[in-house]
Amino acid sequence: MKATSVIKSLTRFEFRRGLLRVVGVSAFLLASLSAQADSANTTGLAVTDDTVTVGILHSLTGTMAISETGAQEAEKLAIKQINDMGGILGRQIKVIQEDGASDWPTFAEKSRKLLVKDKVAAVFGCWTSASRKAALPVFEKENGLLYYPTFYEGLEQSKNVIYTGQEATQQILDGLNWVAKEKGAKTFYLIGSDYIWPRTSMKIARKHIENVLGGKVVGEEYKPLGNTQFGSVINKIRLKKPDVIYAAVVGGSNVAWFKQLKAAGITSKKQTLLTISVTEDEVLGIGGENLEGFYSIMKYFQSQDNPNNKAFVKAFKEMWGDDSVIGDVTQAAYLGPWLWKAAVEKAGTFDVDKVVAVSEMGDIELTTAPEGYVKLHKNHHLWSVARVGKWNKDGQATVVYESELLEPDPFPAGYQ
Amino acid sequence: MGEYTYSELGSILAMQGFAGISLFSVLLLMALGLAIIFGQMGVINMAHGEFMAVGAYTTYFMSSLTESYLPTLMPYYFLIAILLSFLVAGLLGYLAEFALIRHLYKRPLDTLLATWGLSLIMQQSFRSIFGAREVSPTLPDWLMGSYQPTETIDIPLNGMFVLALTAVVTLGVFYLLFKSSWGLRVRATTQNRIMSGAVGINTKKIDRYTFALGCGIAGIAGAAFTTIASTGPTTGSLYIVDTFMVVVFGGAASLFGTIASAFSIAQAQSILEFFISGSMAKVYTLLALVIILMFKPEGLFASKVRR
Repeated sequence: MKATSVIKSLTRFEFRRGLLRVVGVSAFLLASLSAQADSANTTGLAVTDDTVTVGILHSLTGTMAISETGAQEAEKLAIKQINDMGGILGRQIKVIQEDGASDWPTFAEKSRKLLVKDKVAAVFGCWTSASRKAALPVFEKENGLLYYPTFYEGLEQSKNVIYTGQEATQQILDGLNWVAKEKGAKTFYLIGSDYIWPRTSMKIARKHIENVLGGKVVGEEYKPLGNTQFGSVINKIRLKKPDVIYAAVVGGSNVAWFKQLKAAGITSKKQTLLTISVTEDEVLGIGGENLEGFYSIMKYFQSQDNPNNKAFVKAFKEMWGDDSVIGDVTQAAYLGPWLWKAAVEKAGTFDVDKVVAVSEMGDIELTTAPEGYVKLHKNHHLWSVARVGKWNKDGQATVVYESELLEPDPFPAGYQ
Repeated sequence: MGEYTYSELGSILAMQGFAGISLFSVLLLMALGLAIIFGQMGVINMAHGEFMAVGAYTTYFMSSLTESYLPTLMPYYFLIAILLSFLVAGLLGYLAEFALIRHLYKRPLDTLLATWGLSLIMQQSFRSIFGAREVSPTLPDWLMGSYQPTETIDIPLNGMFVLALTAVVTLGVFYLLFKSSWGLRVRATTQNRIMSGAVGINTKKIDRYTFALGCGIAGIAGAAFTTIASTGPTTGSLYIVDTFMVVVFGGAASLFGTIASAFSIAQAQSILEFFISGSMAKVYTLLALVIILMFKPEGLFASKVRR
């Protein structure tokens, strides 16, 4: 126990002695109990002697529920496992779950509720960049701690956020190097949905293709979100004959895009296609037969063959059903509670400033991550490996390439 | 363009032509049901997209059922699923008219709100019953892949299927409305409700069946679109904007208008998309629509709507 906190608890003890004469012995017992709890936690967070409360904030309703369901399932699994091991600093984790309802202002409002009213020690949540951007000012103002699981466009680093997915350069650059080397690709056709993540990713991809690989971008195309008609684009691609189609189409459009590619006779036999927006989750909707032989770049695939991952997949299926699939973001969400546990235990307190300070030392690591080894960088992102997976008919991918451990670089010089 | 042979360019031209026609058939199929309800009854059905989703989910349900119990029938289930989608969506439409719409005929703005509420209820029901994830039925093999008349031309089979289906449904609707005695009663009710009632037409029954027919056709559209895209709880809301665009541009009460408008929007969009980017193509198409509607506020083909 540190000297300052001893003094603090003593003064409180003295103060409560004053009350004692009025309230009686039972009050004295209660007061001394709470004085004890205060000595381990003086931060005003929802921490008691044997519990600590955290928040989970994902969309359970609305458009994004499709994607965010897996993430919150993984976070609950991790929290359950941590509790079974005895919790954090001897405290069991209690969860308050809120629904972001696929609506960005709601994310901000629920964040405020979790931080101000519930005083949670950490929040695991958000999925889209838009929801993160909406919640971010609240986390910064109330000094909360958010673990954000999605691979995203980068260009952000907040004291109050730990990013457990990959930022754009980690995901994109090595995959492009691989396809240029392995397939001798020179010409690329870029296609994505029309919003910030595909556009930023494509900007980075284009710079890398043109400046580093010496290749050529023969077409760049964005379709409105929710668009289901790709006939004209497919004809354009036919006209340009690119070596590689590089795709970042999301949501329901993704399914239409791959179904129509196949219907137009463009299959992996004739065409190399690399995508940064298809995980096992998306394959459920697209159908393995429409994707067979195409490639995805991710940091995690469910089929990864290592003991950590086998145990994780088994535990996940036991908790959430045999037919559940695990995509990249689901796995990244699973890392959140474990990274938090490591940081809290190292700091010896739940205090947000101290947990962040420890996280920023850059030596918090997980050897038990399903994706393999990860380490937290000073810049709040994770060192991680990029992998290229080739899709099979059964909806699982075979990993055909693994990079080295990549340093996260959310503000890449020369790519902005 | 020097590196292309004439036959290659010709092939792409042919495929691009088909892409336009294919988009036309999709838009028309979406809009037909809405045009009937809007045109014949003056009801703006905001839940139209959800009735499409009902058709799509029925198809998905049939696909899973056939796969687990009667795998030998897989090649044929799709045709039955289309018929069932029509019946299920039509039945739901019938109930919706009976429970909700008929009380609001004199308050057109309230039907707008009520059907929008209905669409939210339906979306959440899909989410509760089928889950939030997007689903796709397993398609029979004869709907997958492409037809190759020459070495360099690929015509998508699912596009051809939707085209054929649209043709059948459109002809069916025309027959029903303009050749059958039921259609005669529907048109009479549209033109003069009180007089139709006076000569012995049960106008309430006509309303109910018209609404059910419109919803049933939405169901068929939903079933057909499972060959092109996936189905999720909010799929319907993706289609509703395009659908309204077609109906309003065509002239609210004219089926010919709907066809003409679907054709011109589809061609404009697919040709523009080929030469400029997808998002901008949509912007220019909408811009053109706005300008035309400023000069012709009733749409391409104006005709009478029930007052």
